[in-house]
Amino acid sequence: MVIQQIANGLVLGSLYALVALGLTIVYGVLRVLHVAHAGVFVLGAYAGLLVYVSSGSIVLCLAVAMLVCGFAGFLMYRFLYRPVLGRPALIPLIVSIGTFMFLEDLYRLVMGPYIKALPLKLSLPGLDLPFLRLTGQQLFIVGVTALLLLALWWLMKGTRLGLAWRASAQDMETAGAHGINTDVIVGLCFVIGSAIAAVAGIMVGSYYNQVYPSMGSVPAYKALAVIVLGGLGSVPGTVVAGLALGLAETLTMVWVGTILPREAIAFLVLILMLLVKPTGLLGRAS
Amino acid sequence: MLYLVTVSTMVCIYIILASGLNIITGYAGQPNLGHAAFFGIGAYASALLTTKVGLSFWAAMPLAVVIAASVGFVLGIISLRLREDFLAITTIGVNFVVVSVFLYFDYFGRALGLGGIPRPSIFGHVLNKPEYLVLVVFLVAAVLLVCWVFSRSRLGLMVSAVREDELAAHSLGLNVTALKLAAFVFGTALAGLGGSVYAHFMTFISPYDFAFPVSITVMCMVVLGGAGTFWGPVVGAIILASAPEIMRFIQQYRMLIYGGLLAVLMIFQPAGLLGADSVFVRGGARLVARVRGRVVQSG
Repeated sequence: MVIQQIANGLVLGSLYALVALGLTIVYGVLRVLHVAHAGVFVLGAYAGLLVYVSSGSIVLCLAVAMLVCGFAGFLMYRFLYRPVLGRPALIPLIVSIGTFMFLEDLYRLVMGPYIKALPLKLSLPGLDLPFLRLTGQQLFIVGVTALLLLALWWLMKGTRLGLAWRASAQDMETAGAHGINTDVIVGLCFVIGSAIAAVAGIMVGSYYNQVYPSMGSVPAYKALAVIVLGGLGSVPGTVVAGLALGLAETLTMVWVGTILPREAIAFLVLILMLLVKPTGLLGRAS
Repeated sequence: MLYLVTVSTMVCIYIILASGLNIITGYAGQPNLGHAAFFGIGAYASALLTTKVGLSFWAAMPLAVVIAASVGFVLGIISLRLREDFLAITTIGVNFVVVSVFLYFDYFGRALGLGGIPRPSIFGHVLNKPEYLVLVVFLVAAVLLVCWVFSRSRLGLMVSAVREDELAAHSLGLNVTALKLAAFVFGTALAGLGGSVYAHFMTFISPYDFAFPVSITVMCMVVLGGAGTFWGPVVGAIILASAPEIMRFIQQYRMLIYGGLLAVLMIFQPAGLLGADSVFVRGGARLVARVRGRVVQSG
């Protein structure tokens, strides 16, 4: 029972980590709270849904959604964030919130307000042990999260691109002075982060078998809680925070019952943690 | 007519809210994306004090202000030591937590909200909606007067100094944390006042009236009008609070246009309509200069 709940919590946590991962990458290099990331996440779910319904291929569905979202992410950086880069943090944040509101309504108008099903047919065997049962889909979610994390980790630590990313994150000006084209790096961050959001959108959509225009509104702000918990801009921190939050939510639901709705638990954990450690779970003092 | 009264009262309430947020975000430069939480605390405090404790509006309103400000004080102490981005997210969190507390305790009426909140009465005469509007207009005038005095006072100038350069303000001997806290308490007190006025106007409140989108709306008013200017939030509140009514014919696309406008405005006019580099302010200055020039020429 306990093991089962922990496993469920970790699956939920993987979803949170997936959603928040792109946000962290963007925040790390640009210091922008990219609320509209959740808009990209919904775009990914819809793109995946359309491709999957017409082709029936999961690989194609993921690939197209990642391409579409990557491009959308690039456009957002180019036309929304780049013009306001030097401004106080509140300005890009409000641009982002406005864009997110715009996108949510756009999806409602284009795709209709109804919930659509996204029944990904996975030919994966589930795990069936006496004390633990996981469906093929849950394994798929954990597997994809792990795979994306490994790929990202390699990208950050093992490539010149990752080096340039880390340099830009530390000091944009100095990195530029050393011949790094920071504009391209930041653009790439948006592309990669948004592609991950596409995967997250498809995963969440298929996990609950629901795709609808406002499916991004809770993740939009909860993901912010996750990246703060993880210490803004830290990729491993975000994953740990996502998993921890998934666990915390599932376990309080089981043991304490629904004292507060889920959104509130996330933020309650956040506020309590910031009291103790104002720099985030794995964050360093700045 | 009654419709116009209702819309005008809501505009007034939003002016109070936006002016309060302007103290925190505009003058002190602290992002607060949970302003609706304090709006809600004021409304619930006032509603509970009148319906359950049995106080009159005149006693409940100042108490609601004090309660909202005290919560603001406690949360301010906790959160103002955080970095700017952390603070923005923490205040979002405060909004979600406060709304869910309203939603999940019987005492606060849960999702059904609180009803039967009395309208204020004067010498036994219960104010109707138009009379209430007169009262609210007086309150708005009082609030604006206080904000005006604040923005010209030593305290206001010190708070603005903190916004401009925290380090410099600190090295000039200002107590940065205390000043931020003062602005936070002042702003949340005004939110509490707005809440009380709202509760006794609607006579019914529910948790969703104070949800996160309301915080965003108020923030939009401040930033649209021009954060840190005296008239900015007032203009922003008048435009955005009446816009949904005027734009009713495009109901279907309201949020689309609202969100899009917000993003575009922030990109091209980040200081707001009345801010320093706004086309209107520059155009106005040019106009004044031209008129003056003509006067000089003819004289």
